[in-house]
Amino acid sequence: MRSSCRIDWHNIADWVPTGAKVLDLGCGDGDLLAYLTDHKQINGLGLEIDPKAITQCIRKGVAVIEQDLNEGLKAFGDQSQHTVVMTHALQMLERPDRLLMEMLRVAQQAVITLPNFGYWRHRLQLLLTGRMPVSSSLPHPWYATPNIHLCTLKDFEHLCKQRSIHLLDKQRLNVQGKSSFLGEVWPNGLCAQAIYRVTLA
Amino acid sequence: MVNNKHCTHIGSNQAIASDFTGDTETIGPVVCQPIHFDQPLPLASGQTLPSYSLMVETYGQLNAKKTNAVLICHALTGSHHAAGFYNERLYTEGFHTEERPGWWDAIIGPGKAIDTQKFFVVCLNNLGGCFGSSGPLSINPETQQLYGSTFPMVTVEDWVNSQARLADYFGIAAWAAVVGGSLGGMQALSWSIQYPERIKQAVIIASAPKLTPQNIAFNEVARQCIVRDSAFHQGEYLARNAYPKDGLTQARMLGHITYLSDAGMQTKFDRVATDTGPKYDFTPEFEVEHYLHHQGARFSDRFDANSYLLMSKALDYFDPAAAFDHDLAKALKGAQARFLVVAFSSDWRFSPKRSIELVDALIDAGKAVTYACIESDAGHDAFLLPIPRYLDILTAYMDSLAVDLNSGGLNSGGLNTGGLSRVGLSRSGLSKHEVILSY
Repeated sequence: MRSSCRIDWHNIADWVPTGAKVLDLGCGDGDLLAYLTDHKQINGLGLEIDPKAITQCIRKGVAVIEQDLNEGLKAFGDQSQHTVVMTHALQMLERPDRLLMEMLRVAQQAVITLPNFGYWRHRLQLLLTGRMPVSSSLPHPWYATPNIHLCTLKDFEHLCKQRSIHLLDKQRLNVQGKSSFLGEVWPNGLCAQAIYRVTLA
Repeated sequence: MVNNKHCTHIGSNQAIASDFTGDTETIGPVVCQPIHFDQPLPLASGQTLPSYSLMVETYGQLNAKKTNAVLICHALTGSHHAAGFYNERLYTEGFHTEERPGWWDAIIGPGKAIDTQKFFVVCLNNLGGCFGSSGPLSINPETQQLYGSTFPMVTVEDWVNSQARLADYFGIAAWAAVVGGSLGGMQALSWSIQYPERIKQAVIIASAPKLTPQNIAFNEVARQCIVRDSAFHQGEYLARNAYPKDGLTQARMLGHITYLSDAGMQTKFDRVATDTGPKYDFTPEFEVEHYLHHQGARFSDRFDANSYLLMSKALDYFDPAAAFDHDLAKALKGAQARFLVVAFSSDWRFSPKRSIELVDALIDAGKAVTYACIESDAGHDAFLLPIPRYLDILTAYMDSLAVDLNSGGLNSGGLNTGGLSRVGLSRSGLSKHEVILSY
């Protein structure tokens, strides 16, 4: 399940070489893989757990495997993929840190997008109302949210540092998926989301 | 375009309402026809079939470029009669008494998952079968005697070789898809390995890349029921004017238990008994007992015991990885098809685990594979039933092929566009127990 946040996919397409093997974790309705197939002729595969989304993938001709990401990526050999993509799904996992390492086991690079729990609107809502924030990027009430491991951009970058994961690229973006001057000044407060391209090497 | 005298459906778009198909449309009346092959067929066992016939049914029309052909492979006890129904008993030899809609009428027909308005669908009775293809009930051309127990052992690979000749017969260079459930799925898988350039998609449903020992064990008990029946006479029962009906009945009763799930049986039968209180004897009382007796008896009326032995043995032998150091990914390396693998949550005879084994090997081999596990309590039989998510997935997959076929600029002028009047048919009188599933 993707949040309502928009990300411009050409950002991701720029990082994927033509014809590359791409694995999309939590691929939703397969739109990103279809986009990358159209634009970069990738050899793509999606993993998804939502039945309706899986049917939509199939209808688009996107190869998709029904699988719970919490089970890891056992079927995939070391460095068997060029890129693993995960858009707005890491925070839904039981152990995001473990899957992050799995992603970098099976591929040379991972592209990850995240909602930023440290976004100023979230901070302000919590501060002023004393209740868990609900926003366009985090639309669910606390008791029904699939986002069980929310983090701030700072948290994620800290985890990467701890695990010796290098940030090759990062784009900190507003709700519309655009970068802004203010976002560069104080990303952890003024950006609603971010895209990271990371590697172990 | 295929010559219409071969087993083509007559009429189309006839509405049918029955317990079996729900309110979906059926292709309507169909006919079948044997196709004879004179070229000897070498078999895995080392034996050779000097000549043979395949009983075939087709639905829809082959397009001009012959790119829209779909092969349907049947499971253990299925037949060529996959969709539609017969207006009369067109084929009365042997054991053929089918009056119900084809075994996959839920899946194949106009507007259905395998849409006969888009695809030319071919289904055959496999060699060794008892519905009109060469098998124990046919005459050995070399001796002019009934084959009986002397019909050679046939494997999944042998079947695929015979099906390749059937494709040649129709002038089909490559199937748009080969589709099968259970043992039929094994044939689709084998196609992708044996004839990689002749299959575009392999649709493998409720199947496995090989049987587990537990699964072989069930087959062996079923076979023992038959061969230990005193009327079996080492397979020469017909010559002795006998028939191992009890053994075949028991084999089917056992099979049926394994095709259902615990939860499914709970829902379907609970502990409902036919009488008000216990009878304190050993005659059937519970509904589940009646069900098994009914299914067993009915099956033993329509199926040949030697065929059952042959078919179940083909299941046991199938293991395409064996020739590749038991490495399934290695066996699949040469495959060119795209794969759809579907499993059902409560299927324990061909559990989702077995499908995942295949999916993992396909991923390992770098093949395009889609996998879905359908929630259902219908056990192994689920693959024959119109379960909404299952139909959605099959429909979406086959539609995406139909789109591909059209976007390739291929002539679709030969497709049957219907135009025949719709006839409403009521097929009442099919009780729950009449819903015979062909595993």
